[in-house]
Amino acid sequence: MKNLEELRNIKERALQRRKLAGEGARARIVVAMGTTGIAAGARDTMTAILAELEKRGIGDVIVTQTGGGGLSTYEPVVQIQIGDSELVTYGNLDATRVPALIESHIINGQPVTDWLVK
Amino acid sequence: MTVFRDLSQHILDIAENGIQAGATVLHIKITEDLSPEQDTLTIAIQDNGRGMDALALARVTDPWFTTRTTRKVGLGIPFFRQTAEMCEGRFEIFSTVGQGTLTQATFRHSHIDRPPLGDVGGTILCLIVGFPDGDVVYCHDVNEKSFMLNTHEIRQVLGDDIPFSDPEVLTFLRQTLEEGEQSLAMH
Repeated sequence: MKNLEELRNIKERALQRRKLAGEGARARIVVAMGTTGIAAGARDTMTAILAELEKRGIGDVIVTQTGGGGLSTYEPVVQIQIGDSELVTYGNLDATRVPALIESHIINGQPVTDWLVK
Repeated sequence: MTVFRDLSQHILDIAENGIQAGATVLHIKITEDLSPEQDTLTIAIQDNGRGMDALALARVTDPWFTTRTTRKVGLGIPFFRQTAEMCEGRFEIFSTVGQGTLTQATFRHSHIDRPPLGDVGGTILCLIVGFPDGDVVYCHDVNEKSFMLNTHEIRQVLGDDIPFSDPEVLTFLRQTLEEGEQSLAMH
């Protein structure tokens, strides 16, 4: 285990950032992590999402996973919700698409319409 | 048909079953014994979820047994078993209603068909972040070397306000996992 003291410092800085950012999360990202999703690359997609959040220092996005998803022909499936707006669903969202997706939908608030599941 | 490229995808898939079963704690243990007498790689995933009775257990272990129409917890367990048996290994699953499930697969380490472990650090990171209300206890042993990460300790320091997906926490977790895995590889 790395230094827990370091973790306490991280917590203090994270709390400061939260104060500046205000209440609530900017967005929620849900990755479908059922068997078919994992087989199609959902783990690598989620790893890429976490890497983007880490690299860009984005702290107000919640990332979760669900089992299944029931869209096996479109896997990997990722859903994004900005604030209280509607949850939108992306299909065939492999790891290579993640940087552009985060840039467009999370940073600029513009869904990437070509990758949406209709 | 094998659908996964690496063993950590199996770990994630089996752990996901535990999360779906309402677990609050997931134990994941990888044990590698490289001695010529043993030559084994064992993966054990234990959850404290709802568990299964004998009928349900038979159902998830045998892909042809099912009469279900949904396939949410369908083929992952038979795939895992098949992969182990293909590598002169064995597969066991124990479950008790109300207590949880233990899934354990052993492989001959040097078997030519044994899939690589793959990105085990990234896999554990996905599990930790995607399972924010539960604890993940991850342990990886290679011969006498051991690496362990318990998110309960990390959660106690961070409190309830800072998620595991905070960028600095992600860096901390990623580096901890990378350094832990690297320490096992050194001879």
